[in-house]
Amino acid sequence: MTKSNLTRRGVLRTGAVTGAGLALPTIFTSGAYAFTNEPTGSTVKLGFNVPQSGPYADEGLDELRAQQLAVEHLNGVGDGGMLNTFSSKVLDGTGILGKKVEFVTGDTQTKSDAARASAKSMIEKDGVVMINGGSSSGVAVAVQGLCQEAGIIFMAGLTHSNDTTGKDRKANGFRHFFNAYMSGAALAPVLQKAYGSDRRAYHLTADYTWGYTQQESIAASTEALGWETVNNVLTPVGAGDFSSYIAPVLNSGADVLILNHYGGDMINSLTQAVQFGLRDKMVNGKQFEIVVPLYSELMAEGAGENIKGVYGSMNWNWQLQDEGTKAFVKSFGEKYGRPPSNSAHTCYVQTLLYADAVTRAGAFNPCAVAEALEGFEFDGMGNGPTLYRADDHQCFKDVLVMKGADNPTTKFDTLEVVEITPRAQVEYPSNHPMFGGDEASLGQCNDGA
Amino acid sequence: MDAILLQVLNGLDKGSAYALIALGLTLIFGTLGVVNFAHGALFMIGAFCAVTMQRFLGMSFEEIDPTRTDFLGNPLKVQVPYVESWFGPEIGGAIVDWSVPLAIVLAIPVMIVLGFVMERGLIKHFYKRPHADQILVTFGLAIVLQEVIKYFFGANPIQTGAPDAFAGSFDFGAMLGFDPNVIIYPYWRMVYFLFSLIIIAGVFSFLRFTTFGMVVRAGMADRETVGLLGIDIDRRFTIMFGLAAAVAGLAGVMYTPILAPNYHMGMDFLVLSFVVVVVGGMGSLPGAVLAGFMLGILQSFASMNEVKEIIPGIDQVIIYLVAIIILLTRPRGLMGRKGVMED
Repeated sequence: MTKSNLTRRGVLRTGAVTGAGLALPTIFTSGAYAFTNEPTGSTVKLGFNVPQSGPYADEGLDELRAQQLAVEHLNGVGDGGMLNTFSSKVLDGTGILGKKVEFVTGDTQTKSDAARASAKSMIEKDGVVMINGGSSSGVAVAVQGLCQEAGIIFMAGLTHSNDTTGKDRKANGFRHFFNAYMSGAALAPVLQKAYGSDRRAYHLTADYTWGYTQQESIAASTEALGWETVNNVLTPVGAGDFSSYIAPVLNSGADVLILNHYGGDMINSLTQAVQFGLRDKMVNGKQFEIVVPLYSELMAEGAGENIKGVYGSMNWNWQLQDEGTKAFVKSFGEKYGRPPSNSAHTCYVQTLLYADAVTRAGAFNPCAVAEALEGFEFDGMGNGPTLYRADDHQCFKDVLVMKGADNPTTKFDTLEVVEITPRAQVEYPSNHPMFGGDEASLGQCNDGA
Repeated sequence: MDAILLQVLNGLDKGSAYALIALGLTLIFGTLGVVNFAHGALFMIGAFCAVTMQRFLGMSFEEIDPTRTDFLGNPLKVQVPYVESWFGPEIGGAIVDWSVPLAIVLAIPVMIVLGFVMERGLIKHFYKRPHADQILVTFGLAIVLQEVIKYFFGANPIQTGAPDAFAGSFDFGAMLGFDPNVIIYPYWRMVYFLFSLIIIAGVFSFLRFTTFGMVVRAGMADRETVGLLGIDIDRRFTIMFGLAAAVAGLAGVMYTPILAPNYHMGMDFLVLSFVVVVVGGMGSLPGAVLAGFMLGILQSFASMNEVKEIIPGIDQVIIYLVAIIILLTRPRGLMGRKGVMED
């Protein structure tokens, strides 16, 4: 009979040592990942974080359509859209660096906390290498911060606040969409031409980051041309009824009302201002006018007849006649039966720009991708020659000044392009006071390693 | 003086909406003893009756216009409303233009039926449960109704305009001897205010001067005794629920030109309307109406720049502030009766 030395402690000790021994190679392998969510298989996953519920859900849906189309084009499905007109020719329809592109989607609900939660889940659970999308500056700033911490590239969607590439700029974040400063710089000369230099403006402003920066930008550019700012009243987001803010406007001596509102708020405030008969009034011997500095097609569709003749600005519009726009509108229109909105355009372009940067860098490492995007000049994406400025990761390109069309034929052409403002007119130094001044910094690129 | 008059006028239309919603809430609470958190959703569904009517009247067929092209370069498909092809562009156009007032015809039966279904199908089962359960179930119902509307109509606000005849605004200032353009008030808001007065008067007369109303009032005062007299009070209360739903629905229909309807507009009104009910006094119909107008006007005053300069953000909290003060000084609200919700 042999005596067994098997004891409980012995088993536990041996088990622990064996376990640690077995785990050792995995610890080393996980250390072998050079950056967050390095794609190792034959596919690469992108995260599309857009509002799928809440007040901007329709806008989010259009972004999602464009993102799906971009993925199809990257994988070689469909007619290729803007890949055929893009000045960089490294993308060949075989995915990104030979890996097939897949995507997951998240719902931002147009709320910063929900957007961060869905982005976090896409990064940690789904293993995405890039996040794209969003329809609000509050959301963009929040998600950009998260991507910076996680070591992921953030390709912002529709965000117009100066802060996104101003005081809140991040090394891992990139914005193709234009900003409030550019709207002001493009709009002011057109307004001066249409309404003269002797005007008194009354601002109603959405009470959050985007509203403040837009009001500041528009007031600065119109004042530089001789206009006077009579008053600026902050209005709560989602106020619904703006009548108590609109009623005192005429009595203030103002002859222009500037609505720094977006989405549903803009639809309501503009409709109510028209109901109050403001546009029929003569003040200071001049016709009273309304201006909506930031337009979107979906807002125009919502406001209906009330936008006729009202000036605003946009990043892009499907009615442009360049080859890139035509190619994109054709692919999008044939697939979805409607022209793309400017938020759809920016998300589509951002997805292609990311894929292109990865291919040129030859790596998915976010710091290599960021380097490839910085200072990148390109064309053929619907906005003319465009620069991704290295200092603040903001795209510089022409800006569109729009006006509500007098005789729209369908619900898609309620806006018409008045002027394509050249890029030089909307440029500014990266340490401009409205963009955080000298203190604003991108910080260090983070690859999560 | 002119600024004060302007804000009083401004508060009237918002106050009208609060008063109408609060009136319905109080009717339901007074008769059935249920705190109906789905009442805001009923207001919203009323508004979407107007949207439905607009879409129904605007139903159109496609006609190909070979002279023009669409965004893809194909011949343009023009939408021609059926009513315009049947009655000619002028009369057809006028019918579409008047879709909001015409929607009343649709809203009344829809809302009454919805009210019946809600009461008989769901809320009935919660009469003997605590108020917290009733609040939870009606709140849940509100969310369901909201999501159903979002599914069918989308998330964006839908523009539903007033008839052209009521476009523009009336210059009260010029009439009262002030400078022109100082006190202006849109025609449609005047219509809304008058409409709400008619509805309120209608509901009060119904309760005051009809036998049905008398029985309901008796039931509100002492349900058991009325039941013992052999009157089926439950059936009458169900009808009252339908009536309250119709009042909220009509308030919603006529509000659409003031505020483009979206699926969550009901929630925005619901919370304030509850404050209105509490301030007016639980179970008191005149209290609800009085408090509705009062809080609407107060909110309007608080939005004045002069006031906001002294106390920033006051426009957001004024209603709650006033509610606290009134409840501290008159715990039963302005016109509350003893014994309501105090058992």
